[in-house]
Amino acid sequence: MAEKGIYTKREDGRAFTDVRPMTAKVGIVPSADGSASFSTGKTKAIAVVRGPRTLHPQHMQNAKTGILRVSYGMMPFSCGDRIRPGPNRRSEEIGKVTEWALSSVVDLSGFPNTVVDVFVQIPQADAGTRVAGINAAALALAHAGIPMKEMVSAIGVGKIDKTLVVDLDKYEDSEFHDAEGSTDIPIVLTSRTKEIALLQLDGKISVDEFRAVIELGKVACDDILKVQMEALKNVGVNDE
Amino acid sequence: MSNYIMPNLQKDKIESCAKEGKRLDGRKIDEHREIEVETGVSENSSSAVRVKFGKTEVLAGVHLALATPYPDSPDSGTFMTSAELHPMASQQFDTGRPGINSVELARVIDRGIRESGFINMKALCIKEGEKVYQVFVDIFAINDDGNLMDVAGLAALIALGRARMPIYNEEEDKIDGYSETEGIPLKKEVLSFSMTFHKIGDAIVSDVSKDEEAISKFRLTIAMGDNDGKARITAMQKGLAGTISSEDMETILKLAESKWTEMFPKIRENVFG
Repeated sequence: MAEKGIYTKREDGRAFTDVRPMTAKVGIVPSADGSASFSTGKTKAIAVVRGPRTLHPQHMQNAKTGILRVSYGMMPFSCGDRIRPGPNRRSEEIGKVTEWALSSVVDLSGFPNTVVDVFVQIPQADAGTRVAGINAAALALAHAGIPMKEMVSAIGVGKIDKTLVVDLDKYEDSEFHDAEGSTDIPIVLTSRTKEIALLQLDGKISVDEFRAVIELGKVACDDILKVQMEALKNVGVNDE
Repeated sequence: MSNYIMPNLQKDKIESCAKEGKRLDGRKIDEHREIEVETGVSENSSSAVRVKFGKTEVLAGVHLALATPYPDSPDSGTFMTSAELHPMASQQFDTGRPGINSVELARVIDRGIRESGFINMKALCIKEGEKVYQVFVDIFAINDDGNLMDVAGLAALIALGRARMPIYNEEEDKIDGYSETEGIPLKKEVLSFSMTFHKIGDAIVSDVSKDEEAISKFRLTIAMGDNDGKARITAMQKGLAGTISSEDMETILKLAESKWTEMFPKIRENVFG
């Protein structure tokens, strides 16, 4: 980085490019067709896949392909303040961008007129909930045996004042307001072609810094992919 | 929302034209439509404005109301954006509860304005912890011929630029009309506007028409503001299920920078007069 800003050290001692400690587990909801949990630091996500199953109402059906339908929600106790149960504008939008990101790798052409439902819930939030949710959802889809062209991995990259950081926690994401403030950039990358399946940004960042953000995202997503693949290999290993 | 039905012939035609850098309406592939701005939409709101990019038309207005501040920011005004994609604007829009398209549109515009700090929220505090102004931006689509995101975003900015401060009657705790001269507190230097690029066939296309939008593989909205004469990214939102390759990303970033340089002075003039 050309310029040094005022953000020189992370509270939890991580290097700026480190992802928080991750865990991933596949097969957490027995009645589901696929399920997984994914956590990074204190942020925890669970995802459940049900389907392919017949899509109702019928007029929503697509005779050429099955469709993916994603819902995302923060659980009422996931934050300090109670989150009112049920959909809101934020959760609807995150559900939709998650759906787009996952749809980019899922191939449901073999299941016309059906829907694959993906339910993402956040029991504990410390920033980066949508990307944790996508990491869990991708695992749950794979666990359900849904045809996928590639895997996807998701990471939040950001800029705190002038410093580029990977996997922002809540303080970095929403409580740092000094100097240039905080810019959060959720990114989803496909595992093989490294193409961008989700991208959002709010804040202030130069075009060159943004290019560097994408490169950091690629490195972090490789680390996340390893954790995801390990979890998939371990399906059923420790189950009764 | 029902799906927009387009004949395959039309799709092939648009994609093959795009490959050669052409479009069915005669524009170049990176050419924006003419921006038209009309004020005086409602005599009862100085802010109300009509913005058109070609045939895409949006009305927007700003209201200020008295409100209680949020506990975590007792000295700041509050802000809300709503977008109505009304059935009058398109065969694809339905009545009733806002669908995901209008929710996404409103949220992207809301975030762009909120996070950039364009409105000086602290200056909208009347009494700390008790009374502040709430700013409403209301967007209404009149005709959808593609790229509603950018048209609605610009309409919101212009409406904010034209909005006037309310006159607060402290005794009766109500608003007694609006100032004729005093605008709402805006940080003019952080003005940013959005540009949405679509992948059509193998090409990256600016300011899409409805037909182009219907066959888009992905869209990427980039908002940029001014940083010492250079474009700086202030917001991004990718939509649809297609993925962005590194080459496409580079094409879009370069295009966004050059379009921003070309359009920013005109946008600024439209917003601040």
